[in-house]
Order: sequence, then structure tokens, then C-alpha cells
Amino acid sequence: MSRRPLIREVPPTSWYFRQPRYLRYMSREITSIFIGAYCVLLVVGLQRLAAGPAAWEGFLAALKSPASIVFQFLCLVAAVYHAATWFNATQKAMPIQIGEDFVPGNLISGAHYAAWAVLSFGVLFLAGVF
Amino acid sequence: MTPLKERLVQLEVLRYNPDTDTEAHFQRYEVMCQEEWVVLDALNKIKADIDPTLNYRWSCHMAVCGSCGMMINGEPKLSCHAFLRSYEGVIRVEPLAHFPVERDLVTAPDDFMEKLKRVKPYVIPKEKKPISEGEYKQTPAQLMKFRQYSMCINCMLCYAACPQYGLTPHFIGPAALTLAHRYNLDSRDEGRKERQEVVATHEGVWECTFVGACSEVCPAHVDPASALQQMKITSSVDWIVEHLIPGGKS
Amino acid sequence: MAKSHKPVVWFPFAAGGTVIAFCIPVIVLLTFLAALGHVPAGLSYEKLHAFAASGIGKLVLFGVIALSAWSSAHRLRCTCYDFGLRADTLVATVLYVAAIVGSIAAALFLLRI
Repeated sequence: MSRRPLIREVPPTSWYFRQPRYLRYMSREITSIFIGAYCVLLVVGLQRLAAGPAAWEGFLAALKSPASIVFQFLCLVAAVYHAATWFNATQKAMPIQIGEDFVPGNLISGAHYAAWAVLSFGVLFLAGVF
Repeated sequence: MTPLKERLVQLEVLRYNPDTDTEAHFQRYEVMCQEEWVVLDALNKIKADIDPTLNYRWSCHMAVCGSCGMMINGEPKLSCHAFLRSYEGVIRVEPLAHFPVERDLVTAPDDFMEKLKRVKPYVIPKEKKPISEGEYKQTPAQLMKFRQYSMCINCMLCYAACPQYGLTPHFIGPAALTLAHRYNLDSRDEGRKERQEVVATHEGVWECTFVGACSEVCPAHVDPASALQQMKITSSVDWIVEHLIPGGKS
Repeated sequence: MAKSHKPVVWFPFAAGGTVIAFCIPVIVLLTFLAALGHVPAGLSYEKLHAFAASGIGKLVLFGVIALSAWSSAHRLRCTCYDFGLRADTLVATVLYVAAIVGSIAAALFLLRI
């Protein structure tokens, strides 16, 4: 009796529909599209800033178009989702052992969230939002 | 003692006979089960009472041996650990994903076994001590450093969960790499450099994109995803030392 | 099999991922507020120009843009593969070059400020 194992191919373009956790993973990865596009916006903004006050005012005016508002809202959602997944992963990538015990993972991630909040409020304050 | 509750369970089981079939098909079974049973019990009842030709692996029935892994409703599970009461309707039982099907629910683990060997999953001491010099000692803290990663039962659920292994079969994969990490972290071990020859290649940790599915399905709470993330960091530090620091070439 | 040079692209990816997590949400929030008509004082030409003209400002802006661009380029490369696009060398080249060009452009604009 010879072996004749059955090979089952993984569908290379649609595998992520097989389990909800794969869709969760893909949504995390897709945030990179929005972050990448937002980086383009930042570079354009720098170019406008370097070109003088009138160019910068034009840039700010262009930000107010409906398409730009929708785009930035999506970027905001993507950036926050990325941040959450990144901070949740820190406890896996950088466990801290003190004596025999490991520092609880949530403490490591929590510290990142706290630092994130402080930094974000600091930037908002310096930018004169409040 | 109150009598145990019974329930008619419907199972849809993937069948494949290498001697006669060119592809697999599902076969439906109806079997009377106790409410407290697990999927493996249902399979055993089917084999005993309905269809003795059904093939599957199992041994301990207590989530220790790691041989009864199957896809249950699409999720990699130990069938001895999948309680019937957690499922409604027809329960779909398939062989572990990403492995060739030998027959029915039996898969071929050859690829995993070969990869497991390649990472040298055993303590490699710098120099072997004669027995007369006594044992290699270790503090509780040194033990705790790797203990979690030593709980792997080689059930291969993480391979069935890992999409990167499915898409890129040459990937060494979660369990084998995690065992490499387990020995790298062991204070008695000096074999990390040898293991890096496998771990730090394209087939090693760098195929991992941190999906995290391996850790979610692991019945022994080993958390392979964390081991691989840590190895990416240490392998990157290695690279910097070897290429960017003068005299760091090891 | 030889050891991989993946750390060259992965290390800046990891650094960039951290930068994105900490910095990008609040930056998007600032431009989003501006888009909604509440332009924060810090985004006025005078304030932002002064910030970008300072050494530390240049460093921060360049660091955030370059690392974020690299990180998203690298992740997008993996995502293309996940979507079944197997021309990895081509995809990687296009995306990494785009990130580098974007970073150089950002540096040049910053030096003009």
C-alpha cells in the first residue's frame, strides 16, 4: 500500500475569508495604505509650507474639501487602530522578567497607552487646540 | 446519580481514501452522544457502531499527547478538547489544514517533523560534563524564563492556523521556531548560534507577519507569536552587530 | 541557507511602526480639525514655519515622515503578498523606492524652510 497523500492548496487571493481572525489581521495590515497615503499628504504639506504663506493657506483650504475630510477620517481610524494593535503587541515582543515572575503583560501595554495619551495631549496643547 | 443527558449529534466528516479516491468528500453521520462528550468521543462512537472504516489519530484523550488535532467548524482544535455542548447544528470535522491528507482525518506530519529536527530542539551545552561532575543546575528564575515555551505538545494546531505556513510551505513555522527560542533562552544551552543558521534565514522568523493565529489556537498556551517576535528583535540585533559594528562579525 | 538580510528592512519597519503608533494619530487629528474648519493655532503659517525652521522641528518632522513612510511601505509589501500578488521583488522595489523618494523630498523641503 503506497502513500498517496492529498494536497489541499490554500487559495492565494481569498484565504483570509476562512477565519474571522484573518480578516482582523488583514484590516490591521490595510491600515498601512492609509498611513502611506497620509505620508504623501505630509510631504505635500511641507512643500506648500516651504513655498510661502499663500501656498500654505491654499493647502489648508484644500484640506477642507469633502473628499479630504473623508480621507482624513479614514486615516484617523487607521492610525488609532494601528496604535492599538501595536501597543497590544508590545507585551509579546518585550516581556520583562523581574526575579522569577514576569511583569503582567497588560501593565507593559498599559504603560504604552499611558505614554501615548500624555504625548498626544502634549502635542494638542502645544498646537494650541486647548 | 442523575442519568446523563443524551443528544443526537450530526457530524460532517471529510473522507479520503488514497486507494480509491482522487479527491476528498464529506460524509454525514448521525450519532447519539452524551451531552458531556467531546468531538473525539463522537468519532469513537461512529467508528465503533456505524463505520469502522473511519480513520483518525488519537491517544490520550486529555489534551496531553497532541495527536488528535483536527479542523472543527474550520477552527484548529484538539478533538479531545472540543466539547459537543459548544457546538450547534451540524459539526464539520476536517483534517488539520495545511498538511497533506493521508487518509480521512489523518494528516502527514513529515514536513513538521523535518523542520523540528532542523532547529535542534535540545540543550546544546558548551562542553559536555562527565556524569561524575553532577547535573547542570538552574535557578527557578532561569527556568521561568523559558518554561512557557517548553509546554508545546507538538499538536501542530499552530501550523494549521498559520496562513503564512499555508501560503509559503517552506516557512519553518510557529512550533519549531518557538522550540528553538525555548532552548535559546535556557541557561544551560549554548546552541543559539547554530540555531540562528535556521532561525534567521528567509525560511525562519522572517516569513512570520505576526498574524497571531498560532497563539490563539494553542491548547497549551505557549504563545508562539511572542517567541517569534522576540526572535525577530534578537536576530535584528545580531545583524547589526555582525554588519555595522567593527569587529562584531561572529 | 544563508542568514537573511531582512533586518535591514525590518528594523526601520519596527521603529516606524512605533512612531506611527505614538505620533500619527495626533497629527491626523490636527489636520482633521483643520479640515473641519477649526484650524489649530499651531498649524498657522507663522507657528508651523517657525517650528519647521528650528533644528529640532526639522529632525522631528523628518523622522516621523521617513520612518512612517518606510514602515507603511514595508507593511504594504507584505500585504500585497497576502493578497496574492507574488511579484515580491518588484513590489518591494517600487514601495521602498517610493518611501525613500518621499523621505528625500521631505528633507529637501525642510531644508528650504
